[in-house]
Amino acid sequence: MITVENVHVVFAPGTPLEKHALRGVDLRIPEGEFVTVIGSNGAGKSTLLSALAGDAIPEDGRIAIDDVDVTTWATPRRAGLVARVFQDPMAGSCATLTIEENMALAAARGRSRGFGRALDGGRRRGFRERVSELGLGLENRLSDRMGLLSGGQRQAVSLLMATLAGSKILLLDEHTAALDPATADFVLKLTRRIVTEHRLTTMMVTHSMRQALDYGDRTIMLHEGRIVLDVSGPERAGMDVPDLLALFARQRGGEQVSDDSLLIG
Amino acid sequence: MSQVALLGAVEIGLVFALVGLGVYLAFRVLDFPDLTVDGSFPLGAAVAATMIVAGVNPWLASLGAMAAGAVAGLVTATLNVRFRILHLLASILTMIALFSVNLRVMGRPNVALIAQETVLTPFYGLGVPEHIVRPLFVLVVVAIVVLLLARFLGSEFGLAMRATGVNARMARAQGVSTDLHVYVGMALSNALVGLAGALFAQTNGFADVTAGIGTIVVGLAAVIVGETVFRARRLLWILVGCVFGSIVYRLAIQFALSADVIGLQASDLNLVTAVLVAVALILPRVRVRAGGGRAPRRVPAQ
Repeated sequence: MITVENVHVVFAPGTPLEKHALRGVDLRIPEGEFVTVIGSNGAGKSTLLSALAGDAIPEDGRIAIDDVDVTTWATPRRAGLVARVFQDPMAGSCATLTIEENMALAAARGRSRGFGRALDGGRRRGFRERVSELGLGLENRLSDRMGLLSGGQRQAVSLLMATLAGSKILLLDEHTAALDPATADFVLKLTRRIVTEHRLTTMMVTHSMRQALDYGDRTIMLHEGRIVLDVSGPERAGMDVPDLLALFARQRGGEQVSDDSLLIG
Repeated sequence: MSQVALLGAVEIGLVFALVGLGVYLAFRVLDFPDLTVDGSFPLGAAVAATMIVAGVNPWLASLGAMAAGAVAGLVTATLNVRFRILHLLASILTMIALFSVNLRVMGRPNVALIAQETVLTPFYGLGVPEHIVRPLFVLVVVAIVVLLLARFLGSEFGLAMRATGVNARMARAQGVSTDLHVYVGMALSNALVGLAGALFAQTNGFADVTAGIGTIVVGLAAVIVGETVFRARRLLWILVGCVFGSIVYRLAIQFALSADVIGLQASDLNLVTAVLVAVALILPRVRVRAGGGRAPRRVPAQ
């Protein structure tokens, strides 16, 4: 469960570059819900995710994960509650470490790391089993460096890594945006499978309205640091991309947005 | 080159292999270009020599040298992590400060250890010539350090340290306190360099405040030569490569300086060092071009 109350995030306060990225966001996501987040560039989507992950600390407001107030916790401290997959396939893993080393890192997320061996026979077998679930043939390449994998393979492994240690919430920051359409589709289906299997409370930021409606249980739209749309249930089920665009246009005061190519997916 | 000169070069190569391992930790594992070593090497020598002259057990004195090196590394790490000073500059600040500290520690520019008991003394009486005992002793120390370091870097804690250097943002998202790992890594790195200084003082019979000049380049040379020659992927072999690189580098220097044909003299040491490191940096790129299409290796210009 995620509780966000009146959260404000300001970047570079007091300088000419000051940016009020979130302006009073209120959001409650119950356990196990899969929420998709849309909005134009600079709307605050990534900032909202950063605030949940701990990369951005709010100026004001409160963030709780499962009733634990984490508002001022730094990223490593709340890593036991939060699993993440980044937009850039390079960002979510260590390119010069092997696949199994990356998995060992992720498997220890949220607990203290001692001087026991990071990898042994039992762990390797476990990782091999998990990787074979992906169906990418990577189970025989566990000692290959992560950097040798394609972007899609890296994102798939990153998703898997997100499930190796327990977590309360999963944050996906446009994790298919850097992939070709076929690979993006594969990673999205994998996302759906993993989220369902592990019953994860999930927030997925996307640039594609199509994806936002096709995946998950609920869709929210951000605009200028505020939530301007929040749909779920039958209302959302009956929606199509043009409806979403029309709603968005109304929120922006009748501005024409259909030619905003970034919003069409 | 005589056998004595050859073994002498191997011995110094082995002592500086510890510097190479420390530099590998900072530059490669943590991606922290650390020049502190130019100060922590003579610091280790100064602390060990001063303690030995004061009558402290030489093993304890060597431990003291490691602790002093660790503190030097922590100062640099604090300047960088806590006070956000650029890593290179932070390490230069510590390095120049250490010059004064080392003079204070010794109370004068150099301390002689002639006729003092060192960690080597018990082994001199075994009937083996001293010029063979010394490299053998250092070899054992280096072997132990390599094994411990490989085991450390293969642990969960060590893996988190490597992730800190490769992708700090990802490491933090995995719950790794990257700050803590920079502190520990820098302390460990400079502790090894301090140990090298302590052994240098005890094998050579003196500690000198100027002994640190160019230590960083020698350590870097060991790392780069090792990487170029060994091209290993397993951690243990990468570390062995550092040791090997340090010895090869030292032999090359010895050869260059002793070959009368070339006409070099001892004062040309730094020039020869710089040329050798430059060649070792350039070589992998040339090899890529010659090999046609082999992926270029990560060779930062540092």
